[in-house]
Amino acid sequence: MSEHEQHEHEEREEQVPGKGLLQGLGVTLRSMTKRSVTREYPHVQPELPPRSRGVIALLEENCTSCMLCARECPDWCIYIDSHKETIPARTEGGRERTRNVLDRFAIDYALCMYCGICIEVCPFDALFWSPEFEYAEGNLLDMTHERDRLRDWMPSVPAPPAEVANAEPAKEVSGAGPTRAGAREARNVPPRTAQAAEGDAASAPDDGQPA
Amino acid sequence: MTALEVAAKLLGCLLVFLTVPLLVGQMEHKAMAHMQSRLGPMYAGGFHGWAQLVADGVKFAQKESVVPARADRRVFELAPAVALLPYLFVLITIPVGPGQTAHDLSVGVFFALAVVSVGVIGVLMAGWSSANKYSLLGGLRAGAQLMAYELPLVLAAASVAMAAGTLSLQGITHAWRWWWLPYQAVGAFVFFTAALAELRRPPFDMPVADSELVFGPFTEYTGLRFALFLLAEYAGIVVFAALTAVLFLGGWKGPFFEHELGWLWLLLKTLALSFIVIWLRVTYPRLREDQLQRFAWVALVPLALAQVALTGVVRVVTA
Repeated sequence: MSEHEQHEHEEREEQVPGKGLLQGLGVTLRSMTKRSVTREYPHVQPELPPRSRGVIALLEENCTSCMLCARECPDWCIYIDSHKETIPARTEGGRERTRNVLDRFAIDYALCMYCGICIEVCPFDALFWSPEFEYAEGNLLDMTHERDRLRDWMPSVPAPPAEVANAEPAKEVSGAGPTRAGAREARNVPPRTAQAAEGDAASAPDDGQPA
Repeated sequence: MTALEVAAKLLGCLLVFLTVPLLVGQMEHKAMAHMQSRLGPMYAGGFHGWAQLVADGVKFAQKESVVPARADRRVFELAPAVALLPYLFVLITIPVGPGQTAHDLSVGVFFALAVVSVGVIGVLMAGWSSANKYSLLGGLRAGAQLMAYELPLVLAAASVAMAAGTLSLQGITHAWRWWWLPYQAVGAFVFFTAALAELRRPPFDMPVADSELVFGPFTEYTGLRFALFLLAEYAGIVVFAALTAVLFLGGWKGPFFEHELGWLWLLLKTLALSFIVIWLRVTYPRLREDQLQRFAWVALVPLALAQVALTGVVRVVTA
């Protein structure tokens, strides 16, 4: 349609006087007969999708104080304190081991922007989305949830989605097989170079962590 | 007519005056809300916010009534009464059934239109005495609006009076026939539109245009006096809807039980017209001041004159 034609078309529509006025009345009358969109929230609970992102829950046992979440957080709203403890050697003459013990894990929801990056980066499944959202506070400082409170959100975390039949197995599942090599063979991956294998060995202790 | 009868009738008028405007107000709350996909008041009184206006009234009564320091105190305090009472007086003449009127004036139309126009003096008083430029502008706009729209309003009413051959509202209702609907349709349109303008209802709410004049003449009012102005607005809707129903829609005339249910037919017509007032408010944006004046003089006055001419011709031909 050329510009001229379009102009003519508009003029033709204008030819019925008051048409727009009547259309306007129709719009308001029609929206009156439709259901209103108002949600009476505090009195009627909203129907949220089951995996809506309300609050972040912490499964403390899975946390290794690796600090990945705290470092990736764009708002720097995760606080982690930890110290190292020495575990005596299990066998005579063996080497003593050290491990991290979590002292403090807190998320400041006054700063959090609910991006979910901490949950994405956590290598040990210690952080989860929970659909709970009613934790507003009168005092800003109370928006910082310490680890006990973060732990309390855990029961509200929905179960992971069912696996899709015939889909490629998830990395977490296929990687946690009896041996890495076996899993690699199962996936028909060619053996890696020596350098890559060395890197693999360095990260091997990870496999021992509880999933 | 005994004194007791008079007292009962006046009390009835007062009762209607205090309840029907609230009904219209509540209808505005709910209808406007749903037209905007909202729910409107839902909690006052428990069931769908039926008591919202009662709650509003209680709230207004509790508020301090402030008079600005530079205001003309007595005029300022008197203005809400001047704006409100004319509508109460007009109710006296409205026929609610065959032979059922608080007082059947032989010059009913004349009386009603004359008294209703007094309301704008209250608005002018409010605008002038507030010592506030927004109030003054709003008050003067209200005055100018009344000047412009009073003429088509009176002409349209005159057309009906001519057709009926009487100025009495009761007489007009008696003379009314169903074919007056198409016959007086233009007059009805002009009367209803001009009534909207007299009430300063959107789309003719330039005097109280809240985005430029705060709240026009009512800017400085608080508490009960402000509530009275709001009540005057809704009482005005009721009165003008009732007048339109009496003049153009046959008043208490209905399909059956005219003698017993005349008041119900009139009430239904009044509420339907009030709904249209609300509907128009929700649908249309405000007319600019010059558009508003232009519409009165260029559109409504010629239409009203044409209606008067048509009625005159029909009267002469059929006489």
